[in-house]
Amino acid sequence: MMCIACAAAAMDRGGVTLTRKESSPIPVEADSICPDRFATLGPADIGRLPAFYGRRQVTLGDLFEIDGAGASHITVTGDLTAVKKIGYGMTMGRVTVHGTVGPHTGAFMTGGELVVEGDAGDWLGAYMAGGRIVVEGGAGHFVGAAYSGDTKGMRGGTILVKGSAGREAGAHMRRGLVVVLGDVGEFAGAKMLAGSVFVGGRLGRRPGAGMKRGTVVGFGEAPDPLPTFRYTCTYRPVFMRYYLRHLRESGLVGDGELDGALFRRYIGDLTNGGRGEVLVRAESQ
Amino acid sequence: MRVNGVEIEDTFAEAFGMWGTRLVVTAETLEWARTAAASATGFATSIIGCGCEAGVNELGVGDGTPDGRPGIAVLLFTMSRKDMEKQLTLRVGQTIMTCPTTACYDGLAGGEERLKIGGKLRYFGDTFQRSKLLEGRRLWRVPVMDGEFVVEEGFGISRAVGGGNFFIMAADLEHALAAAEAAVAAMRDVPGAVMPFPGGIVRSGSKVSSRYKGQNVSSNTPYCPTLRGFEKSELREGENAVLEIVIDGLSEEAVAEATRVGVAAACTDGVLRISAGNYGGSLGQYRFALHELVKS
Repeated sequence: MMCIACAAAAMDRGGVTLTRKESSPIPVEADSICPDRFATLGPADIGRLPAFYGRRQVTLGDLFEIDGAGASHITVTGDLTAVKKIGYGMTMGRVTVHGTVGPHTGAFMTGGELVVEGDAGDWLGAYMAGGRIVVEGGAGHFVGAAYSGDTKGMRGGTILVKGSAGREAGAHMRRGLVVVLGDVGEFAGAKMLAGSVFVGGRLGRRPGAGMKRGTVVGFGEAPDPLPTFRYTCTYRPVFMRYYLRHLRESGLVGDGELDGALFRRYIGDLTNGGRGEVLVRAESQ
Repeated sequence: MRVNGVEIEDTFAEAFGMWGTRLVVTAETLEWARTAAASATGFATSIIGCGCEAGVNELGVGDGTPDGRPGIAVLLFTMSRKDMEKQLTLRVGQTIMTCPTTACYDGLAGGEERLKIGGKLRYFGDTFQRSKLLEGRRLWRVPVMDGEFVVEEGFGISRAVGGGNFFIMAADLEHALAAAEAAVAAMRDVPGAVMPFPGGIVRSGSKVSSRYKGQNVSSNTPYCPTLRGFEKSELREGENAVLEIVIDGLSEEAVAEATRVGVAAACTDGVLRISAGNYGGSLGQYRFALHELVKS
């Protein structure tokens, strides 16, 4: 019996396209739109996969026109603003969303690549443990974060948001990398356990609040640090150059983006051990 | 067979299996990376007395470094994994970490095994060290006085080849030395191969026997020109100086290529013969036949 990835490769016929049949503000839960679920299925079977339209259980075929087969590449188009959980728990393959997508996109994913060509809603990549998410536009709140009340969020992988993001980006992160090339709202990296959050634009207030470990980096304008953070030094972190080289080589960040050499380093949060850090580009303060 | 009038003896070099590794050392300037590399590969000519054999490889024009800073590759060779772990821990800790602005990364793609080196050196940080994990590579940031020493958690090691060699017999020392220098200069461009002796050249080649009880190694007396007449000499008339080049490599191909390039470059004015050292082929796992290499 083959593993799911092998079965998917065997069945792959160039990918599947799902086109939303109508425009509607009624929330759709579409966690079935996932390469793992599509593996071994033809269009008819894909159409029979479950979904929720509001509180009513329906099938994907009720909501989307489905064309093609295969799990290696799923393309989703149409009005997806209210469509949640695309790529939920995916472990392989590629999902491309044309346009703006709803919340919980890529939540719990552990592998593969998810590309959103517009904006993404809240909870993008929540609890992500591997793979890569790229959002060409902006994202909502809680990028790579944990759900309310939980203590550990993202555990691995990379999220890149080319626009701006809301509050609590990377909150409760345990591992992984979140890069936002635009601005972020307040509480970026709040309660982080580890991992890294890089912000190319303006860093919102109270970054790293309650962090235990981990790194928040601001390349643009930054607020004064919380009183529970202590300035340590101004220096050129070598590990940053490692990260930036990786991001440039993998095509996620272009030359000239996230530039910076000298950083002011603040350790904190002293209310939680003080082993975290907020690095702010020295020229921006 | 002759190359540029120099006889290439129909013999072979006998080489042995070893363990090898490759580190990439970066720094703010290439000079500091080279300084660290020179320290790390010092006193590493022979496993007999130094614990390991080591050398450097300049990085090619297209070779980037993990952090984009100037860097250089350091290659180490030992007889066992245990020795490798000990040598890496000592050398990275005492010579690379101590050098200003350096960082040290695993530079061996596809190593057969991994040794935890940065993962041990991190304790120098006295609980203030931090780890960063990106795409499966874990780095340790150890606080030091100039900022942070970044070192990769583990380094890959692989089976390698040590003890490739060839001898340059010349009419006098000046011509032997000039030929050996030319050979080493050419061989330095071969990636994955190093010549661990000073300047890449051995003047005191050895044999695995001795007239002294309890001593296993002694001067390679059959090749010593001043002993012609006392000892059964391997030297021919007119050969008044011999220099040897020893080669270690991460692969058999690297040692072969370095030998080929070196032999070709050593066939210069005043050199009479090129030969190689072996034990009859009964000890080493690898043979590098001079004629085959020169013809290729």
